[in-house]
Amino acid sequence: MEFTFDLNTIWFILIGILLSGYAILDGFDLGVGSVYLLIKVDDNRRLALNSIGPVWDGNEVWLVTGGGALFAAFPHVYATVFSGFYTAFMLLLFMLIFRAVAIEFRSKQPMKWWRNMWDRFFSIASILIAFLMGIALGNIVTGIPLGADMEFAGTFLDLISPYTVLVGITTVALFMMHGTIYLTLKTEDLLQGLVRKWSKNAAIFFIICFITLTGATIVFYPKMTDNLMNCPLLFIAVILNLLAIVYTVRETYHSQESRAFVFSSLVILTLMILFAIGIFPNLVLSDPNPEFSLNIYNAASSQKTLKIMLIIAGIGMPFVLAYTITIYRIFRGKVKLESTSY
Amino acid sequence: MDVEILARLQFAVTIGFHYIYPPLSIGLGVLLVIMEGMFLKTGNKVYETMTKFWVKIFSLTFAIGVATGIVMEFEFGTNWATYSRYVGDIFGSALAAEGIFAFFLESGFLAILVFGWNKVSPKMHFFSTIMVALGSMLSAVWIVVANSWQQTPAGYHIVGEGMQARAEITDFWEMVFNPSSIDRLTHVLSGCWQAGAFLVLSVSAYYVLKNRHIDLSLKSIKIALILAAFASLFQLYTGHQSAIGVSETQPAKLAALEAHYDSSAAAALYLFGWVEDDQQEVKFGVAIPGLLSFLISGDFNHPVTGLNAFDPADRPPVNIVFQTYHLMVAIGFALIGISLLGLFLWQRKRLEKTKWYLYILVFSVLLPQAANQLGWISAEVGRQPWIVYNLLRTSDALSKAVDAGQVLFSLILFAIIYIFLFALFLFLLNNKIQHGPERADELSSEYRYQKTIVNKGR
Ligand code: HDD
Ligand code: HEM
Ligand code: HEM
Repeated sequence: MEFTFDLNTIWFILIGILLSGYAILDGFDLGVGSVYLLIKVDDNRRLALNSIGPVWDGNEVWLVTGGGALFAAFPHVYATVFSGFYTAFMLLLFMLIFRAVAIEFRSKQPMKWWRNMWDRFFSIASILIAFLMGIALGNIVTGIPLGADMEFAGTFLDLISPYTVLVGITTVALFMMHGTIYLTLKTEDLLQGLVRKWSKNAAIFFIICFITLTGATIVFYPKMTDNLMNCPLLFIAVILNLLAIVYTVRETYHSQESRAFVFSSLVILTLMILFAIGIFPNLVLSDPNPEFSLNIYNAASSQKTLKIMLIIAGIGMPFVLAYTITIYRIFRGKVKLESTSY
Repeated sequence: MDVEILARLQFAVTIGFHYIYPPLSIGLGVLLVIMEGMFLKTGNKVYETMTKFWVKIFSLTFAIGVATGIVMEFEFGTNWATYSRYVGDIFGSALAAEGIFAFFLESGFLAILVFGWNKVSPKMHFFSTIMVALGSMLSAVWIVVANSWQQTPAGYHIVGEGMQARAEITDFWEMVFNPSSIDRLTHVLSGCWQAGAFLVLSVSAYYVLKNRHIDLSLKSIKIALILAAFASLFQLYTGHQSAIGVSETQPAKLAALEAHYDSSAAAALYLFGWVEDDQQEVKFGVAIPGLLSFLISGDFNHPVTGLNAFDPADRPPVNIVFQTYHLMVAIGFALIGISLLGLFLWQRKRLEKTKWYLYILVFSVLLPQAANQLGWISAEVGRQPWIVYNLLRTSDALSKAVDAGQVLFSLILFAIIYIFLFALFLFLLNNKIQHGPERADELSSEYRYQKTIVNKGR
């Protein structure tokens, strides 16, 4: 791999940061959603919902901005992936719609059937969103059939393979672990005890998925490790990743959730880094014709746009970080139900 | 049906539905700032109750706005891949800027606005309200800039040829301030303010008619009337500026707006009419001869480029553009009339007694909504057959990897889901309105917000 630190590479990294930010932040929202139906009492469901109440929308903006940045920096990737994965993407969008309105609507009426209906929408949508995103990531690893015109030349079913499904399930497991750890931080008493138990199970579930997935990747998609092999320094990422996983599980088992949460965030971050190392400098691999792959050069906008965008990001991101931190500080601590709650 | 029709239909349905909600949020955002500001200034609890009530409605419209907006963010890629490749260099940066500058601001401070009453000081809360209002207007800025660029491209050059051609940016500020940005942004924003103001007017008038929450409702009506009157008059001005702009940059659209065919003649301004495109005439029309010429050039006899100057393949569908445009303008004048009449009645102290006027207010909420939709339809259909004016045709802009069956499938699902959402929205809105604002003494004292105010009072 030729590594030059140019604007294209910077944008590869920045989009990676935006999507990692999304995965870490919305990851726990989705994780809370994935175990939500296991909670039985209405007030406890409200507590779970309100634990993400003030922040889920802001978390989702990381995805929106990541999408916008992808459009601006690598328009061919934006065009190829979203039109190529059309049906899968539409399903994802429908799920995002249902999740958003379910959070907003469920507590607006007292009827049991009403709340149950939205609860199901919320939980199923959360699981499916995580799963579909995993499928999309999996397809980037396996490669998709691309033509010389950069257009996807397959069908919806081509996107589903044992490997991509495995990535999907692993994503669900990861978010489940991350989300239950978060939820223990936000709850008290009985509910907390319950969630704590789930977080331990979720950690085991994730470990199993992770080991299977790592094995499958090394055996079936060894090219994901090419960059690592060429540059042993990058093994630091592997080590950090493994350490983060071990510590997440350890702290979860010692019921040290605030530390566990930091480590599970690091797990997500390091997994994203490993994924990025695996595909760099490509963005979408073409299989079977690798010469048609989209990479950070042939899929990019002009240098001028990349420069302008860097200025925009440079001005905007400090503000974004400042108010993200402020909001999380204001809403820190255990959730309580109030008249303004969902 | 072919992919093109379906994709256009889907885009129209999804953006049209999205566009029901942002104008309400943008308009209500401004009103919330005024209401909460009045509370902080006067300490009168009626304003606090009012603010809290409208925050609830705001969060409802906001949620659906977000849910439907995410669809829009990705729909360029899913359905208009070729267009995305063509404009990405230019357009993507506006979309990304919208995320970074606007959406983060809005969604972050919204948390404080809705959930933070007892978590932060009143000043901080007020600041958050201002930030939410500002953020929602900023999102209009960037998205309208992007749309204006495709109406009147500027600050770019074309690289590559044939199907490989794409626009690359040469001057960022020229792109941002392209010839139609400012006219259209101001026009869109005042349309949003009208949407918010007339919603408040409608609900408050309903309460007065039902003899509920009288004091609060009359105060709300006054606040909203001022915004409505300002925005309606400003709307006429910005619309006029837009029309002048269109006459310079998009002559085919202007000709379609007034169904003007003959390039050698002065152009009339129609009050209404029905365009028979094959016969190139307007039936049942009432027109003021030469007025269009006068409005754009100051001379009644000035010839205006007609549709005849364009190849039939380069003309937009005339009747749709004509009808939607004329309805929008008619509504614009109606709204000016309604808001000025309201100010007059207020000054005469007859607002609450004039029942028929209050009934008009109750129904007036539909007018800005209709005008907003009609305005966009005339602007976007009037741009056809171009997706990027004079550069890229809509029919060339589609996703090659997507077939008609897939789009039909997603379109049907969108239709079902959106109808369902819309019904729920109306149901919940009605519920909130029937429930009404909490009475001031019912607001539990758990609010730090309230406590500090009370302490200050002592
Ligand atoms: C930044 C871009 C952008 C923005 C802000 C808007 N549109 Fe648009 N619109 C498009 C970009 C676009 C487009 C992608 O360029 C379409 C798709 C097909 C076409 O010709 O233009 C389009 C088509 C399109 C059509 C179909 C026209 C036709 O195919 O004949 C309608 C009715 C609207 N739009 C309505 C709206 C509304 C109600 C908007 C208000 C929010 C709006 N548009 C904002
Ligand atoms: C095709 C064009 C558009 C796209 C791609 C788009 C995209 C989006 C997205 C992704 C969101 C959700 C943001 C979040 O998660 O917080 C959103 C919400 C919003 N959009 Fe749009 N939008 C479009 C058109 C418009 C227009 C024309 C306006 C205003 C004039 C507008 C104003 C808003 C506002 C104010 C919100 C916040 C939610 C609300 O207030 O309803 N959008 N939009
Ligand atoms: C008062 C008389 C009005 C006039 C003379 C007027 C004029 C115009 C013109 C010429 C356009 C096309 C601009 C373009 O294609 O670039 C337009 C578009 C539009 N109008 Fe109006 N308008 C009026 C009232 C209204 C009202 C009352 C509303 C809504 C409350 C409204 C909302 C819109 C919208 C949303 C658009 C599309 C966005 C745009 O292109 O700016 N208009 N109007």
